[in-house]
Amino acid sequence: MEKKEFHVIAETGIHARPATLLVQAASKFNSDVTLEYNGKSVNLKSIMGVMSLGVGQNADVVISADGADEAEAIAAIEETMKKEGLAE
Amino acid sequence: MTKVLNGIAASDGIAAAKAYMLVQPDLSFEEKTIDNPDAEIERLSVAVETSKQELEVIKQKATENLGAEEAQVFEAHLTILSDPELFGQINDKIKNDKVNAEAALKSVTDMFIQMFEAMEDNAYMQERAGDIRDVTKRVMGHLLGVSIPNPALINEEVVIVAHDLTPSDTAQLDRNFVKGFITDIGGRTSHSAIMSRTLEIPAVVGSGNATSEISEGQMVIIDGLDGQALVEPTDEELEDYKARAKAFADQKAEWKLLKDAKSVTADGKEVKLAANIGTPKDVEGANDNGAEAVGLFRSEFLYMDASELPSEEDQFKAYKAAVEGMNGKQVVVRTMDIGGDKELPYLPLPEEQNPFLGYRAIRISLDRQDIFRTQLRALLRASHYGSLAIMFPMIATVQEFKDAKAIFEEEKAKLVADGVPVSDDIEVGMMMEVPAAAMVADKLAKYVDFFSIGTNDLIGYSMAADRGNEKISYLYQPYNPSILRLIKNTIEASHKEGKWTGMCGEMAGDQVAVPILLGLGLDEFSMSATSILKTRSLLKTLDSKKMEELADKAVNDCETADEVVELVNQYTK
Repeated sequence: MEKKEFHVIAETGIHARPATLLVQAASKFNSDVTLEYNGKSVNLKSIMGVMSLGVGQNADVVISADGADEAEAIAAIEETMKKEGLAE
Repeated sequence: MTKVLNGIAASDGIAAAKAYMLVQPDLSFEEKTIDNPDAEIERLSVAVETSKQELEVIKQKATENLGAEEAQVFEAHLTILSDPELFGQINDKIKNDKVNAEAALKSVTDMFIQMFEAMEDNAYMQERAGDIRDVTKRVMGHLLGVSIPNPALINEEVVIVAHDLTPSDTAQLDRNFVKGFITDIGGRTSHSAIMSRTLEIPAVVGSGNATSEISEGQMVIIDGLDGQALVEPTDEELEDYKARAKAFADQKAEWKLLKDAKSVTADGKEVKLAANIGTPKDVEGANDNGAEAVGLFRSEFLYMDASELPSEEDQFKAYKAAVEGMNGKQVVVRTMDIGGDKELPYLPLPEEQNPFLGYRAIRISLDRQDIFRTQLRALLRASHYGSLAIMFPMIATVQEFKDAKAIFEEEKAKLVADGVPVSDDIEVGMMMEVPAAAMVADKLAKYVDFFSIGTNDLIGYSMAADRGNEKISYLYQPYNPSILRLIKNTIEASHKEGKWTGMCGEMAGDQVAVPILLGLGLDEFSMSATSILKTRSLLKTLDSKKMEELADKAVNDCETADEVVELVNQYTK
């Protein structure tokens, strides 16, 4: 299992268009991908799940991937996070 | 027998085509206990797959016909249909609770809708709640075997019949196929009516019962001139319709010849005919209809179509696009006119007993200066790219105008100090819509560059009557001498100070009002773009000296609005 922590810097947090892009990025991989915030964990391939967390600015989140392509999944998500100015 | 439906004429023109019922089917179902959950899950999966295939086609069609932006909503729907969380929960519910797919679908989606709707400060979430609702309807339709209307898939000439048309409905309509429409509810200023004029499609709104009186596929004539619809007309009536449609087309062609002509009366007096627009996209229609300016650019769309306060940069781009599109012709932008009946989900306003008499428009801007200054900076920056003017809505006192103008000057000085290019001749004016302001127009005229009369609110506030209230709708009297006196007072006050007055309400394009307004000395008439050529044609027949006499009598001698109309008829026949 691969894990990575992100500090959310986007003013609006993780929702709206960037959230959709994260879900699309995660959905490309076979691994199970989860987003953990505030003690709750959701499937990062689910837009509903991601939005229901209500991740705001300055939140610390953990993304984990478990499966054959876990390393690639984490790398792709990290790239999306940075490209969209979501997290550092 | 031909059925005749009467409503409100919303958009000029006559059309005939088969009815397309844009109505929501009955999606009620019975909650059942089931024995075979796997079969139920399979049934749901088939309905979801069918919905996906349908949405793929709709998305493609919408992209071709309406553009990628309008098609995005269907992409959002597809994302929801592929959501493992959502459908995982529905499948679990079928398995654990042994309920039918319909019940499980409704219960789980309702939960998500409620959750998203509860996130009150976030317009984006509310929209997603709407998306889930739309997707649920589609899947439910397939489970129940009833068809959901798909306006994006229309591929033959039709007349749309609907209870009301929402922005998302109209966004899906292909104007090559939609020849006209008729709705149960709405008035001349409802969304559906404004949209029909923008699209130049004949329309009748507020018919009361179109959706129950018309059935799918019936031939319908929409008469947008008289506000009537004929259902299953006779051959004779169809012939008559064709003749009238041709006469209307001929007249329109004749009006088109006036596109590049000046707006001038029979005796050679020139006035300006301008267009009211809602977004920079509307500039094209304004130019096509020979507008000499934009007399009102409602900046609300920037605030209403967003999920948060629009940035300076986004606003700048929109204003710049509008002034560039008008190619040197003046664009008057009205600053934020929120409040009253216009709310922003991300800017909660306190509940009020009388929102129309409450915290709205310039009153918010002067209080929330952060929002106001951002807008002014965007406007100032855009002024460099064409001819831009600014007006403040709902000014009631001289002090309010002075305060707003001072903030404008401050922001202008800051930008100039930073070396940002800003036009040096931005006219700054105000909407004349509060009777108290009209009474001191002579004082205000010293400070403003122009007045723009907003007739809907001016009439409403003067008569103390809400035009949406049908019981007192008789009080909406644009021709009442009381209203004409306020207009006269405003125009005269501006002229005494060497300033000008325009009008940007419905009344400016009203064919009965135009002769009086001309006589009162109105300088600019700003209206729906599609009314401009008709008005230019009318002006050619009017003698300005004679209309001054008419206006004088209307203001001084008439006692009622009916007498004024009678007088106009005498003077213009």
